[in-house]
Amino acid sequence: MPESSAKGRQKSCLPDGAGSAKRRLERKNQFFIRLFMEKFDVIVVGAGLAGLAAAWTLAGEGVEVVVLERGDYPGAKNVSGGRLYLNPVRDLFPGLWDEAPLERAIVREGASLMARNRSVTFHYTGSELRSDTPQSFSVLRSKFDRWFSERVEERGGMILAKTLVTDLLHENGRVCGVVAGGDELRADVVVACDGVLSLIPERAGLRAPGRPHDYAVGIKEVIQLDRNRINDRFNVADGEGAAHLYAGDITKGLFGGGFLYTNAESVSLGLVVSIEDIAREAAAGDAPSLFEAFKARPEIEPLIRGGQTVEYGAHVIPEGGYRSLSRLAGDGILVAGDSAGFALNLGFTVRGMEYALASGYYAAKAVIEAKKAGRYDAATLAVYRQSLEESFVLHDFQTFKDTPQVLANPHLFGHYPELIGNLMRDLYTVPAGPKSPIFTTLRRHLTLGELWTMLMDAKGVTKI
Amino acid sequence: MSDLKAKLGLNVFKPLPSPHIRIRPGMERDPRLKAAVRACPAGLYAEGADGVITLTIDGCLECGTCRIACGTAVLEWGYPEGGGGIQYRFG
Repeated sequence: MPESSAKGRQKSCLPDGAGSAKRRLERKNQFFIRLFMEKFDVIVVGAGLAGLAAAWTLAGEGVEVVVLERGDYPGAKNVSGGRLYLNPVRDLFPGLWDEAPLERAIVREGASLMARNRSVTFHYTGSELRSDTPQSFSVLRSKFDRWFSERVEERGGMILAKTLVTDLLHENGRVCGVVAGGDELRADVVVACDGVLSLIPERAGLRAPGRPHDYAVGIKEVIQLDRNRINDRFNVADGEGAAHLYAGDITKGLFGGGFLYTNAESVSLGLVVSIEDIAREAAAGDAPSLFEAFKARPEIEPLIRGGQTVEYGAHVIPEGGYRSLSRLAGDGILVAGDSAGFALNLGFTVRGMEYALASGYYAAKAVIEAKKAGRYDAATLAVYRQSLEESFVLHDFQTFKDTPQVLANPHLFGHYPELIGNLMRDLYTVPAGPKSPIFTTLRRHLTLGELWTMLMDAKGVTKI
Repeated sequence: MSDLKAKLGLNVFKPLPSPHIRIRPGMERDPRLKAAVRACPAGLYAEGADGVITLTIDGCLECGTCRIACGTAVLEWGYPEGGGGIQYRFG
């Protein structure tokens, strides 16, 4: 009783701001004591979407959680192409999306087959894309992740930036914490959301180092462009945006492609190319030159004309699909996001962020179960994989497990763009002399040999 | 190449006390490093006329391409200390 009245008095003596500042300080002190001298419930490595999703979910359930982030702030090391599909994750994070700093709702889709000297493009738009709950948004990760981390802090989760995790702590063969900045930090469980290189799961023996075959490198420029210019050039209104994918000669026949997403006041222009292919094929030139050539294409240059490049970034992308996923749980450790290999390229859609968000969410749910059981061994944490299997995450990866091999067909990046480009050229050309019948033009390009090649390739396509 | 340098100049980098990626001593002529000369988005790997490959760490985007492309047998690969290196403002 005297204790509570003392507290009451103290509170009444201090102005509100000072009181909350004092409480914050006390909480911070307690946090540092718990983290550096005792043991935390959960350490999350990496403040990307997976790590922040896990922390947001855990903090919401009152679980003590700290996110260790090597950048100056969450988002400082994070690069994405820039498109988030909300439908699969909207309900996992109730209340999060209304205020989220999303750039533009994508209402126009486009795809171009790029031949050497020509291209064939189609656009798609539909009423469902303009609905009240648009299915996808362009995002800039440094902005979004920083904002998301503030929502985690509001719920009582801790974010410790400028902190690089270099190793794991083990006890009796199980993970029991991390080494960060030379300090040993202990926890019941570590959630590895350390990004595509997956160095922490590698340390934990959950995976081997990545092979060039299973990864691509994405290069991107953020090009600042006036809001109205974007609206006019891409045929959209304020808040609405366009997404466009490009495949063909821009990667010189190598696996990969280009993308363009409109942000509120900038454009994200990027090129993705297989690391195995670019490393092997000297003739294609180097990655920065491929990007420059893409940017200079007559299909691209007018779209970004007058724009100012404000950032040049790059990021490795998992492309191996189901077969190159990491093991998802060990004793005292879970793996989520890019670190687990959760990215999926289906040609028309390239997705990673919603898998990161969902896997972070399910990792948190597994931790909550484990906490109830008071056990954090691999068998208890296996509930994580089960819930991913029941969710869209592993459903998608299983459904599309053969897609990476089918999309790796080099015909898609050279032969077909040229074939279709040449066919279109001849259909559109009006020569000085007489024009051939259309059927003759079609047959000139679609020879029996050509149709046979298509049939063979189509056999693979049935698998996607 | 100068275009690339200018683009890297647009990024925010914080100084690094020491390089976080190194070519392992004695491996400078290893053919596995040629992959990084082509794949590095920042063009930080260069091959000299003598076949020696050098790495200039300034401008590193920390993407990890070289670790995947060349492997850790030829590269000593780590992230920079917390708070160092590139700080993306857009991402």
